[in-house]
Amino acid sequence: MTRIDAKFADLNSRNKKAFVAYVMAGDPDFDTSLEVVRGLPGAGVDIIELGLPFTDPMADGPTIQLAGQRALDGGMTLDRTLELARRFREGDDTTPIVMMGYYNPIYSRGVDLFLEQAKEAGIDGLIVVDLPPEEDEELCIPAQKAGLNFIRLATPTTDDKRLPKVLQNTSGFVYYVSITGITGSAQAQAADVGPEVARIKAQTDLPVIVGFGINTPEKSQSIASVADGAVVGSAIVNQIAEGKPVAEVLAFVKTLSDGAHAA
Amino acid sequence: MANDLFNSFMSGPDENGRFGIFGGRFVSETLMPLILDLEAEYEKAKTDQSFWDEMNDLWTHYVGRPSPLYFAERLTEQLGGAKVYFKRDELNHTGAHKINNVLGQIILARRMGKTRIIAETGAGQHGVATATVCAKFGLKCVVYMGAHDVQRQSPNVFRMRLLGAEVIPVTSGRGTLKDAMNDALRDWVTNVRDTFYCIGTVAGPHPYPAMVRDFQSIIGKEAKEQMLAAEGRLPDTLVAAIGGGSNAMGLFYPFLDDKDVKIIGVEAGGRGVNEKMEHCASLTGGRPGVLHGNRTYLLQDDDGQILEGYSISAGLDYPGIGPEHSWLHEIGRATYVSITDKEALEAFQLSCSSEGIIPALEPSHALAHVIKIAPELPKDHLICMNMCGRGDKDIFTVAKYLGFDMSDTEGRDAD
Repeated sequence: MTRIDAKFADLNSRNKKAFVAYVMAGDPDFDTSLEVVRGLPGAGVDIIELGLPFTDPMADGPTIQLAGQRALDGGMTLDRTLELARRFREGDDTTPIVMMGYYNPIYSRGVDLFLEQAKEAGIDGLIVVDLPPEEDEELCIPAQKAGLNFIRLATPTTDDKRLPKVLQNTSGFVYYVSITGITGSAQAQAADVGPEVARIKAQTDLPVIVGFGINTPEKSQSIASVADGAVVGSAIVNQIAEGKPVAEVLAFVKTLSDGAHAA
Repeated sequence: MANDLFNSFMSGPDENGRFGIFGGRFVSETLMPLILDLEAEYEKAKTDQSFWDEMNDLWTHYVGRPSPLYFAERLTEQLGGAKVYFKRDELNHTGAHKINNVLGQIILARRMGKTRIIAETGAGQHGVATATVCAKFGLKCVVYMGAHDVQRQSPNVFRMRLLGAEVIPVTSGRGTLKDAMNDALRDWVTNVRDTFYCIGTVAGPHPYPAMVRDFQSIIGKEAKEQMLAAEGRLPDTLVAAIGGGSNAMGLFYPFLDDKDVKIIGVEAGGRGVNEKMEHCASLTGGRPGVLHGNRTYLLQDDDGQILEGYSISAGLDYPGIGPEHSWLHEIGRATYVSITDKEALEAFQLSCSSEGIIPALEPSHALAHVIKIAPELPKDHLICMNMCGRGDKDIFTVAKYLGFDMSDTEGRDAD
């Protein structure tokens, strides 16, 4: 059982929805970013998505793009991202960390070495945006073998015929992308998302978490109410971009997690 | 079976879109169903005579194909060695090879019922070709172009706007061709229902590299017939410039199994490949990685972050290269070299003065390599170089480099 599986078992037993927060590792710098990440569980975050900066984040909107650039300009690397996870783990052995990013930095490191290092750093799962099921041999299957969850994205364009292929090697949870578009753009609507989540749940026992287009406590609540949880990324990253003090960023995160937990 | 004795270089990609380890489909899930649709539609079209009838009709009457194969006699004399032929794809409508591919993709888009076309462009040639064909068919056209390229290729920006396209200057990232491609992909992921992404080179997720190659292969097919007609035999050496590599793939592909034909791709060496990444020579100065939907050679740092290339030619200024070229490089069927800005500019001027042809900066790189090798080769050695674009768009860049003041009404040299 991974930390992710344990977390969902715990949430289920308390009849609670999951709140997942995304932050970019190293944004705006290593120390601030570590402070934010360390504060997330206290702000009600059940699962942390840790962004691995990449120069060409083709599925992300301007907010995450700029966060990645700030991190890279500040000297963030794959090693430093793993270091950040490791430092977080020193004080928290239960909150799952999912590393989210693009394949090239991982491929460049070498898949086997990366998996060993990620595991050692206390990473529990991976979301790699540019690895669809057609490329499962690359990282998904080796990651599962190494004991890391590989969390797949399902989208509005994933029709019923394709869904089994998407679910086949997914573990931990399924990340439903609520909109066709990039992060931080259109608004997710619970009325649209609900039936889609039901469609996915008809084919899997895994929890279904919804992300993209969620930026307020109300949205967080309404989306979480029709799924197993909600993810917020750009709205939090925006607070960091505005240079808000860490305590204020975390207070904002708390309002979002309260929303999801009230669902 | 006799055919099995012959190991063809033309059978790729495999069903997963791979050329060896290169290629593939590294895209987000949102796009995956779209590229599967496209692949199915292309497979259908490929064997549909009515598709090719429409292509051939437009190639003939709209583009002006076949493009001539021209013996560059004075240049040959001056170089004193191999016999140099130009495949004149710069004479196509819109001034480059790009339209060969755009026509194919737009006909496909129409068959798929798509009404909105998006494209990325570097030098602007692919953008102009896309805007042109969209105007012809009454389709909405949106072109993403790096803000930096919008500045250095302003005549092409105006051309696209005249043709009714919306040109969006891309400021994300560093504002170059790769960022334009990122933004085009972001557009596609957002507008999945009505939009067709018309990629301008032999890169991107499968089926683009194979599809674009097939559309561009008209260059090589014609060259083969024309060389046989002119010389009674195949050329000894093919030379073409490479950014993403579509004109080169188009020339090379029909010759891949003609094992006596030497194939040379010329990358942009910028200020020199040995200096700090001031070049765009992905094969000479990069290593395999994953970007824009495919695995291929990329300019990247030790941590897998993509680096900006540099070249005087906006059309070669891309940190990757088509996956089939990466494969041809690794198996050794083609040889890849690089040419610096300076060498390309010298070749540019030689083409103007010796042949009365103002070449684009992209084929000027190919020509610079021809100038290097031709003098050492015997007089019966046949070189076929792809003159893939004309230089009208580049005269401002060249004038600046040569110190010629275009605003001086008496046309004096600035020095």
